[in-house]
Formats: sequence, structure tokens, C-alpha cells
Amino acid sequence: MAQHFHRSMNTIAKVSIFGAVFIIGFSAWLLLEVNRSSNVTNVGIALPQPVQFSHQHHVAGLGIECRYCHTSVEHSAFANIPPISTCMNCHQQIWFGAPMLEPVRASWKSGQALEWNRVHNLGDYVYFNHGVHVQKGIGCVSCHGRVDQMQLIYKDQPHTMEWCLSCHRNPAQHIRPRDQVFNMTWKPEDIGETQAALGARLVKEYNIEPARKLTSCSTCHH
Amino acid sequence: MLRISRGQGRWRQVVWAGVAAALLAGGAGCKQKMSYQPRYDPLERSETFNDRSSARPLPAGTVARGFLRDDPEVFLGRKENGDYATEFPFPITEEVMRRGQERFTIYCTMCHGFSGYGNGMIVQRGFSPPPSFHAPETREKSVGYYFAVITNGYGAMPGHAHQIPVSDRWAIVAYVRALQLSQNASLDDVPAAHRSALDAPPPAPMNSRSADPHSANSHSGGAR
Ligand code: HEC
Ligand code: HEC
Ligand code: HEC
Ligand code: HEC
Ligand code: HEC
Ligand code: HEC
Repeated sequence: MAQHFHRSMNTIAKVSIFGAVFIIGFSAWLLLEVNRSSNVTNVGIALPQPVQFSHQHHVAGLGIECRYCHTSVEHSAFANIPPISTCMNCHQQIWFGAPMLEPVRASWKSGQALEWNRVHNLGDYVYFNHGVHVQKGIGCVSCHGRVDQMQLIYKDQPHTMEWCLSCHRNPAQHIRPRDQVFNMTWKPEDIGETQAALGARLVKEYNIEPARKLTSCSTCHH
Repeated sequence: MLRISRGQGRWRQVVWAGVAAALLAGGAGCKQKMSYQPRYDPLERSETFNDRSSARPLPAGTVARGFLRDDPEVFLGRKENGDYATEFPFPITEEVMRRGQERFTIYCTMCHGFSGYGNGMIVQRGFSPPPSFHAPETREKSVGYYFAVITNGYGAMPGHAHQIPVSDRWAIVAYVRALQLSQNASLDDVPAAHRSALDAPPPAPMNSRSADPHSANSHSGGAR
């Protein structure tokens, strides 16, 4: 009976059995990396908006606090986007005729909501809550970056499950005094402390839940 | 015969490789249905209503649970007879005062300035200048008047009822009263135990630019 396979197949077979481990491993790694890349997480990408509303201008330039506009962020799951009447508090006078603000005035007159494009949007199967993070001393800057330097809002952090867990395993590395949550430039050195010492103290003071509870699936998926 | 089937085998390989690559890329790139469940997120666009908004306004004549505004003294700042209230509806504690200071800083300082002289950043950018809280006519106004101005607005000033809950509005009024005292006080008004605190440097403002030249005064006892 003629041989079906050439001798070299012996080597090829061995190499490919061995190599399959690497090929599968490599594919898995590639998949994870692609999932973490900004193509998927959209980190650093600003979306087109109906109005060129600049946080840099309003927050850093004019000194308006986050809560003037995002009024519900302290106590509700959702950080509200301000209604047009909030813009009109100032813009009924300031730059009233500016063409840039035309969509704002049109919405004010017609009552049709202005449609902003959502930048941060977790899957509907994840539960997130702003209130609890604000009350427990996690600053806006830890999750949204230097909003006060952004012309248009973009995502500063990946907001993947891996990212949430990296903090939930050890919140002490990010926690700050409650009254500094909205401060974009606060550092523990400002009050002469290190994050390690301050974090350990605040975790006790604010009764932060143990990592076991914070990393349990049902905390975020229910 | 043999050749043809080998050829088909190769094609099949190519097709499978393509399918595998597509799955890999697709799995990485797309979100499944679980991400977009058939429910509204807050403020999400809706195709059902003419104004495309899923957040619906209250139908006329309805009152949401917990939002019954039946006490004009608390909710309008006016007594039964229509005069402005002269008393706070709840006791003013240090906690209320601190709350008032925080809320005043968030909602009022951009226009009225940190000490209430009416020279905040928005005014410097061209908004009509408000009167100083320390002018004699303004000091005379009763607390109910202040509450009503925050709630409904006054002249060029827009109402802030949709941004500030009722109890916070009263806390702000209490803090404005304290500001008015601070700008017209003498050293004797300060309890001896607290006088040394007047020489301490003012706390750093939340945003590095404090637009108010008077804010330094109020802390160093300059109005003596
Ligand atoms: C003058 C009003 C105003 C102030 C003050 C303000 N914001 Fe906003 N914010 C908006 C508006 C309007 C939008 C929606 C348009 C957009 O995305 O730019 C928004 C959007 C955002 C978003 C993105 C929402 C999304 O689409 O996912 C974040 C995050 C945010 N703001 C954080 C902050 C933080 C942090 C501060 C304080 C440092 C702040 N904002 C202060 C008005 C304001
Ligand atoms: C507390 C007052 C205040 C509020 C509230 C406010 N703005 Fe402004 N805005 C200003 C001022 C003042 C300027 C002009 C800045 C200057 O002269 O440097 C401005 C400028 C702008 C500009 C011109 C572009 C720029 O950034 O210079 C746009 C667009 C704008 N605002 C949109 C909005 C929108 C949309 C809202 C509501 C979410 C809003 N503003 C709320 C005070 C305000
Ligand atoms: C622990 C991380 C974290 C902190 C702290 C945080 N945010 Fe967010 N923020 C998020 C996430 C995640 C989303 C997307 C939520 C979603 O899609 O359901 C979001 C969304 C938003 C939005 C869009 C509306 C919404 O609720 O989906 C705004 C506005 C916003 N954040 C403002 C703020 C402000 C202002 C602060 C500071 C008080 C803040 N955030 C603090 C993580 C955070
Ligand atoms: C920078 C740190 C940090 C990040 C990032 C963060 N969290 Fe949290 N999270 C906390 C802290 C601190 C608490 C408060 C725990 C407590 O209640 O004691 C918390 C609480 C929660 C809770 C409520 C848990 C409870 O007490 O029942 C949920 C839900 C939650 N986080 C979801 C998320 C999700 C989803 C993300 C990612 C999008 C996220 N968090 C990112 C720090 C963080
Ligand atoms: C701190 C909050 C948090 C906890 C705890 C958590 N998750 Fe997640 N999970 C997330 C977030 C955020 C995402 C990504 C949402 C997105 O991409 O929009 C996610 C995504 C997922 C996905 C979908 C992955 C995908 O690629 O579509 C699965 C499955 C999942 N989680 C399972 C789990 C399981 C199992 C546990 C417990 C071991 C768990 N999660 C614990 C926050 C959490
Ligand atoms: C957008 C700028 C702006 C903001 C924000 C603002 N005000 Fe005013 N306020 C004004 C202007 C302008 C006037 C003068 C109106 C007029 O005379 O037409 C005024 C008038 C007043 C008056 C009446 C003074 C008098 O002499 O009768 C009071 C009281 C007052 N403001 C309190 C407040 C309080 C408290 C807040 C914060 C909750 C606040 N304002 C926020 C601009 C503002």
C-alpha cells in the first residue's frame, strides 16, 4: 500500500499541534487587545454635537460648577444633561444673537429637545450609579478626566468591566474627601497627605463596602 | 477528478479562513442585543411622541407624589395674606449654613460674586450687573423676598426653581443673610474665641480664578 503522507508530515503534524496552542493564544490576545483599543472603547474620540458647547470655556474659563448644570449627579443614578432653560439663564443676554447658539434658541422657542450625541454609554445590561460614587468620594476626574480642558467632551477612560473592577478591587487608590469631588485639579498633596494614607483613612470613614461585595457580579449586573 | 476536488478543498480553506477572520473582527467590534434593550434610558430619543422626547412633561393639573406645594410660606415665601415671609420655615443650624454656602457658591457666585457685591464672572462678560446685597435697600428686604427671587427670578435674573430644591433655596437665603452681616460687622460682633480665625488666609476657592476682589476682605476683617 502506498504511503498516504510524506515523511515530513510527521514533523509538520508535531509542530502544528504544538503551534495550535500559540495560534489560539495569539488570536485570543489579539481579540482582547482589539476590544481594549480605542476603536472599540472610543477613548479620546469626540462626537459631533449640535452646538459647539465647550466645557473648557464654561468650567475653567467662567468658573461654573458641574452641579449648576448636572444638578442630579449627587443623588441619582443618571447625571442629567441640562435643559435649555439652564443655558438661557445666561444666554438670554450673553451672545444672544450669535449664529453658534441658533440651535439653542430654536429649541427654546419650539420646545423641541436639543439632541446631543451621547459620549458615554454603557450596555443596558450594566447598572451604574453616579450618586453612590459622588457620596463615597470618587471625583468626576477619576472617570471622566480633565473635563475642564475639553472643548468637546470625549471619553477619557475605557469604561470597560476591567476598568471598573480595577477600582472596585481597591477604591483606596482613588478616594478623596467628599467636598473635593467636583474639583478637577485636587491632589492629596494639597492637604499634605499621600493617597495611600488618606485613602486608607477615608475607606474606613466612608464605610466603603469590601472588595468582595464590590466585585460581585450582581453589583453591576442585575 | 482528483485535481478538481483538491481545488475545491483549497477554496473551502480560503472560505473558512475568511469566515473565521470575519467572526473574530465581528466579535470584537459589534455589540449584542443585550446592549440595546427595548427600554428608554433617561432622556433617550423616542419615536412615539411628536417632540421626540421620552421624558414626558406632567399633564396639566397633576401633582407628583411628594410635590404637593400647599404651604405658601414654605414654597412661595409668602404669608397667607400675601406679604413676604419674615421668618425661616426651619431652624438655621450650622449645618444649614454650610449647605447654604456651598449652594450659593454653585448657583449664585458667577453673577453675584463670592461676597455678593454683584461683580461675578458672567457680569464681567457682559451680563446686566445685579445690585449689591449690601446696599441698604437690599439689606432691608425680608427673607421671603429673597426666596421668591430665587424661585421666580426678578427682572434680568432668571428663576432657579428647576435647579435648586426648596430647602436649598432657604439655606441659600440664610447664607446671604450671613454675608450681609459679615460685610457690616465690627470686630466686637465676633466672639472672642473666633477672632484669631479672621487673620487666617482665606480657604482656596474651588476654581483657581476667584473673580471677586472683595472676597479677601470678608476674611481678613477688612470691613471693621
Ligand atoms: C454650563 C453647563 C455645564 C457645566 C457647568 C458642566 N457641564 Fe457637562 N455637559 C453639559 C452639556 C450641555 C452636556 C451635553 C453636551 C456635550 O456632550 O458636550 C454635557 C456633557 C457632559 C458629559 C458627557 C455626557 C455624555 O454625552 O456622555 C460629561 C462627562 C460631563 N458633561 C461632565 C461634566 C463635569 C465633570 C463638569 C464639571 C467640571 C461639567 N460637566 C460641567 C453642560 C455642562
Ligand atoms: C452661567 C452662565 C452660562 C450658562 C449657564 C451657559 N453659558 Fe454658554 N457662555 C457663557 C458666557 C459668559 C459665554 C461667552 C464667553 C466669553 O465671552 O468668553 C458663553 C459662550 C458660549 C458659546 C460660544 C462658544 C464658546 O464656548 O465660547 C456657546 C456655544 C455656549 N456658550 C453654549 C452654551 C450652552 C449650550 C449652554 C447650556 C448647556 C450654556 N452655554 C450655558 C455663559 C453661560
Ligand atoms: C465611577 C466613575 C464615574 C464618576 C466618579 C463619574 N462618572 Fe459620569 N459617567 C460614568 C459612566 C460609566 C457613565 C455612562 C453611564 C451609562 O451609560 O449609563 C457616565 C455618564 C455621565 C454623563 C452622561 C449622562 C449619564 O448619566 O449617563 C454625565 C453628564 C456625567 N457622567 C457627569 C459626571 C459628573 C459631573 C461627575 C462628577 C460628579 C461624574 N460624572 C462622575 C462614570 C463616572
Ligand atoms: C475610581 C473608582 C471607581 C470606579 C472607576 C468605579 N467605581 Fe463603582 N464604586 C466605587 C466606590 C468607592 C463605590 C462605593 C462602595 C460603597 O457603597 O461603599 C462604588 C459603588 C458602586 C456601585 C454600588 C455598589 C453598592 O454599594 O451596592 C455600583 C453599582 C458601581 N459602583 C458600579 C460601577 C461601574 C459599572 C463602574 C464602571 C463603569 C464603576 N462602578 C467604576 C468606586 C469606583
Ligand atoms: C463593577 C461593575 C461590574 C462587575 C462587578 C461585573 N461587571 Fe461585567 N461588565 C461591567 C461593565 C462596565 C461591562 C461592559 C459594558 C459595556 O461594554 O458597555 C461588563 C460586561 C460584561 C459582559 C459582557 C462582555 C462583552 O464583551 O459583551 C459579561 C458577560 C459580564 N460583564 C459578566 C460579568 C460577570 C460574570 C461578573 C462577575 C464575575 C461581572 N460581569 C462583574 C461591569 C461589571
Ligand atoms: C445669570 C446671572 C445671575 C444668577 C446666576 C443669579 N442672579 Fe440674582 N440677579 C441677577 C441680576 C442681573 C439681578 C438684577 C435684576 C434686575 O434688576 O433686573 C439679580 C437680582 C437678585 C436679587 C434682587 C436684589 C434686589 O435688590 O432686590 C436677589 C435677592 C438675587 N438676585 C439673589 C440671587 C441668588 C440667591 C442667586 C443664586 C441662587 C442668584 N441671584 C443667581 C443675576 C443673577
